[in-house]
Amino acid sequence: MDTFIQQLINGVTLGSVYAVVALGYTMVYGIIQLINFAHGDVVMIGGMISYTVLTALVASNPALSPILMVVIATLVAIPLCMGIGFTMERIAYKPLRKAPRLAPLITAIGISIILQHLVMIIFSRNNLAYPQVIPLVTYNVTSGATPATITNIQIVIIIVSILMMLGLLYLVHRTKLGIAMRAVSQNQQVAGLMGVDINRVISYTFMIGAALGAVAGVMWGSYYGIIHYTSGFILGLKAFSAAVLGGIGNLAGAMLGGLLLGIIEALGAGYIGDLTGGWFGSNYQDVFAFLVLIAVLIFRPSGLLGERVGDRA
Amino acid sequence: MTNLLKSENPSLRWLGFGMIALALIALPFALQWAGTAWVRIANLAVLFALLSVGLNIVVGFAGLLDLGYIAFFAVGAYTYALLASPHFGLHLPFYVILPICAAVACLFGVLLGAPTLKLRGDYLAIVTLGFGEIIRILMNNLSQPINITNGPQGITGIDNFTFFGFDFGKKEEIFGFEWSGPLKYYFLLVAILMLAVMVNFRLKNSRIGRAWEAIREDEIAARAMGIDTTKMKLLAFAMGASFGGVAGGIFSALQGFISPESFVLGESIIVLAMVVLGGMGNIWGVVLGAVLLSFVPEILRYTVEPFQKMVLGQVWIEPEIIRMLLFGLALVLMMLYRPAGMLPSAVRKRELAKEE
Repeated sequence: MDTFIQQLINGVTLGSVYAVVALGYTMVYGIIQLINFAHGDVVMIGGMISYTVLTALVASNPALSPILMVVIATLVAIPLCMGIGFTMERIAYKPLRKAPRLAPLITAIGISIILQHLVMIIFSRNNLAYPQVIPLVTYNVTSGATPATITNIQIVIIIVSILMMLGLLYLVHRTKLGIAMRAVSQNQQVAGLMGVDINRVISYTFMIGAALGAVAGVMWGSYYGIIHYTSGFILGLKAFSAAVLGGIGNLAGAMLGGLLLGIIEALGAGYIGDLTGGWFGSNYQDVFAFLVLIAVLIFRPSGLLGERVGDRA
Repeated sequence: MTNLLKSENPSLRWLGFGMIALALIALPFALQWAGTAWVRIANLAVLFALLSVGLNIVVGFAGLLDLGYIAFFAVGAYTYALLASPHFGLHLPFYVILPICAAVACLFGVLLGAPTLKLRGDYLAIVTLGFGEIIRILMNNLSQPINITNGPQGITGIDNFTFFGFDFGKKEEIFGFEWSGPLKYYFLLVAILMLAVMVNFRLKNSRIGRAWEAIREDEIAARAMGIDTTKMKLLAFAMGASFGGVAGGIFSALQGFISPESFVLGESIIVLAMVVLGGMGNIWGVVLGAVLLSFVPEILRYTVEPFQKMVLGQVWIEPEIIRMLLFGLALVLMMLYRPAGMLPSAVRKRELAKEE
């Protein structure tokens, strides 16, 4: 039982990160029906930027309060990532908005490769140790011989991601920009006729997604303590699977999908050894996300919360 | 040269083909003179051309984005390695194994395609990406409980192609010439590539090829015209996978050693870049794209490294990174400025032009 609860806690933490990244995918997909393959790499870059800032702060100003350090690092990462999101959309996706779907997908792959290798040139091809500035505090959740525990970092990750999701829901449903976004996602041309500046709305969507990604990058780094130039790619793939699981284009779906996927992964990795009599081990953890993705696509392609949409001609 | 090939006059056209054939025959001897390593590079270029021609069926003909294509290559490579190496003690001849490679890869293609091809194209892209990762994870981990793939160490001592005593890997003297192993493979590979190209041309101009083209241009319209789109897409997927499987089998024999390292996502992207650069749907263009991009890393090795050493004193940016950056740039720039490739096919050009 303790193991189960422990895996559940780990799963929810992991799922919160997936959910925040999935929001970036689902927003862009909802508005222009594009899988932005490079989103995962934006998350990784957010992690790398915060890594740089944190390392510099630790070296120059060790007396600074750790929480302040993380906040500063995040605040530096957010605008830079937003800039990358904006630039990427302008250069690679906007000129292809009317082209066949295959074209922007291919540029998205190209952008992802370019971003990864630029980061590799700057930060080397090694795993980088993300500075753990916040001292780890562990709380016991159950009382047993080996109690399930939750750390302060896990708590912060879960709370911050919930806050960001609520903020995003407010933005999309209660503000003028949100109305414009929903209008563009329903019908670009008509939204344009109603006076919505489509290009600006799409740019904002990319920038908001990138900002969320930057925060996710910080969370990822603080939780795992390691960051690598390819970290974003697999994370992105899983987050996309989460978005599909919840119903792509649907914000609440992305959150639900992210959490579920995190839990499935944690429980799967924790129990696969026992279930298969030691045949398979936790090194198959990365397989679960894709199996979930394929299963969802077979049985409920519109996702858990998505509506059925026909092909757009 | 291309004018000659397109000429109305049949004798002129044959002259064009003859010139290309002569060049292809002379090339390896010239390379051999420069060093056997260059023949090896040429062999890999031809192999990548074969792979690109296969991916072209999926991406170019049917318009489906397959980002895990290297997985089929891997399946073929491991099939060959398991059936012709000391790992299981099996040593079947290559002409038996290559069809098996094609069949196994085809089976994987159908297994992956059947559930996903009913869906919209962009889902397929991500599912194939995930499939590629699954295959790589399996190759890395299937060393226990039963040792199938030997894990990250890979499989060594894979047999050469031998045909009734004629060993493709051995150096020997024929017609007074010194024939190195790679040189012999070169001619076999070119022959297989030519066969593949021919099959592709026949496919393209067949009922099936026209159905693929229709699906690519407008799936809904194609369905309305009575094309079983799911079946046709599955066929494209299985065909592409079979080509990948055969290429994988050859790769296994050519290298004599395979490990999961050779089948990472980056390789899928490289093959995709070859197809995109050459022009999706254009068979000769794709072959040209593959050959060009295969030589890029070698050219970089001989230019960028010495240049950096001379100017900066040491190698700051490895040619490998520059290569990937160039491939990424190629994907983006080609889509932005020449979406139909270096040698655009007429239909594709019209289709990829922006709708106004």
